Amino acid sequence: MNSTLILSIAAEARERRDARHDAWFRRLLLAAALLVVLALLGAALATLWGGREVLFGQGLDFLASSRWDPVAGEFGALAPVYGTLVTSAVALVLAVPMAFGVALFLTEVAPPWLRGPVATAIELLASIPSIIYGMWGLTVFVPFMARIEPALSATLGRLPLVGALFQGPPLGLGLLTAGIVLAVMILPFIAAVMREVFSSVPRELKESARALGATTWEVAWHIVLPYTRPAVIGGIFLGLGRALGETMAVTFVLGNAFDITASLLMPGTSISSAIANEFNEAVGLHRSALLALGFLLFVVTFLVLLAARLLLRRLARREGTG
Amino acid sequence: MSASPYPRRQFTNALALGLGGVATAVGLAFLASILWVTLGRGMAAFGPALFTKISAHGAEGGLANAILGSLLMDLMALAIAAPVGVMAGAWLAEHARSSRLGAAVRFLNDILLSAPSIVLGLFVYVAVVLPMTRWSDGAVSFSGVAGAIALALIGLPVIVRTTDEMLRLVPGAFREAALSLGIPQWKLTTQVLMRAALPGIVTGVLLALARLAGETAPLLFTAFGNPFTTLDPLDKMASLPVVIYQYTNDPSPDLHAIAWAGALLITTFVLLLGLAARGLLHRHRTSP
Repeated sequence: MNSTLILSIAAEARERRDARHDAWFRRLLLAAALLVVLALLGAALATLWGGREVLFGQGLDFLASSRWDPVAGEFGALAPVYGTLVTSAVALVLAVPMAFGVALFLTEVAPPWLRGPVATAIELLASIPSIIYGMWGLTVFVPFMARIEPALSATLGRLPLVGALFQGPPLGLGLLTAGIVLAVMILPFIAAVMREVFSSVPRELKESARALGATTWEVAWHIVLPYTRPAVIGGIFLGLGRALGETMAVTFVLGNAFDITASLLMPGTSISSAIANEFNEAVGLHRSALLALGFLLFVVTFLVLLAARLLLRRLARREGTG
Repeated sequence: MSASPYPRRQFTNALALGLGGVATAVGLAFLASILWVTLGRGMAAFGPALFTKISAHGAEGGLANAILGSLLMDLMALAIAAPVGVMAGAWLAEHARSSRLGAAVRFLNDILLSAPSIVLGLFVYVAVVLPMTRWSDGAVSFSGVAGAIALALIGLPVIVRTTDEMLRLVPGAFREAALSLGIPQWKLTTQVLMRAALPGIVTGVLLALARLAGETAPLLFTAFGNPFTTLDPLDKMASLPVVIYQYTNDPSPDLHAIAWAGALLITTFVLLLGLAARGLLHRHRTSP
């Protein structure tokens, strides 16, 4: 009688000890998980705090002015913001159809034995460090672009409306070159999402269309794409988020000129390359302006990535219920 | 197909699929060009001096200090990111699988995964470098530790995500069996589930290393750079990507050659790590 009592007391004590340990363990894990949230919050607050002089001191002038003159102490975000938006837009215009083509090739066209190796190779593009893209861009791609830019000016440059985009001296460096390098960098991300969601389309849908006589292309365009649209757009936004924040690849090939030009062949700058180029030499207001640019970049990419994840989740949820 | 009554639709189909093939070929051509140029130019400047001399000697020097600095900072970054990431991933998989907070953290982790690395560098500059400068009265400013923290922020979300996914793949029967024996949750997580998911978790750490090893932007304003060899984590520290960045910006072709040799080193390292991670994951998935 006595010994069972002692045993049950011991068991109870152990249970209580285990419960206490579990509670601490759980708190420790939770703290680690909250560090992830803290990292994002910290990045936003730190750049906001660092850029407060410019963000709150100049307010909308900072966003509206295109003058960037560290010597005179004048800082306007328009030129780097313009460069970031234009290069990212060029990258999307090129990478989205290419990624669609790659996904189409890998899911519908290529023989099965070819799919694995080609998909791996395309994914390798994503694992090459961005500094390598920058070096390759500067030493190989810029001279290449300098050679074909006269031809671009002579053909596309003659067209109405879009012609103005392709005017200018054949420098090789510039917004178009940066946009193309970015396109190659984000291609694997968009293509991977597209490939994954394309293969998630129910067989019945595709086979029904086939049975009605649709060609492979018609199945892809009229069945697969509409079915996966939210996730495809999510994948595109994911690529856009990457393109907006990419630094090293564009810094080398952009030309570092604080100008706003209609022509894509002219050199420009971007938020990230302005920060990379100038931050270590910047003091005072200049440094504050660069941190404010960093804050802008963070907010914009955060919103783009937020939209991307929400869109990607929509298809996953439909798959779960369907 | 040749006798199709709809030649126009067949033509559109052939054209579209053909363009898909062309797009893939163009993507592969870019990959081939990048790898070919890196290999060719890197091999041209490859030599023992790369590993024995330091970057203070410029064109006559090597990258020894940068290689050492990169290794040190990468290891420090992993030492920070791996435990935190594994714990956070374990929380997501075991304690917050379907909770609202868990969903939010998982969501934010995915965003951190693609957040611009240069902003994370600025964050560490404001949150680590500036306070350290102030507290030490300028004796310590840019440092290897700050660089490692910035790199850890790059690697962290990769580890969190893989750990979360890998732990969730462990069959529920493991948990039921262990809990029915009266094992407390913390022992279950650390000694049963993590052991079962170990290859997957290691894969995540390798992938994180592959990602942070090539990062340049977050190191520029945290570790800065150093032409000499240092083992002091509170000193400015050289790194391979930053030296490559500086050398490529330099007009001297001799420095470009060294930069390409460094680029070959990094690319090889990153691609091998990726392959190793892939192989490990494959073995893990196919083993019963």
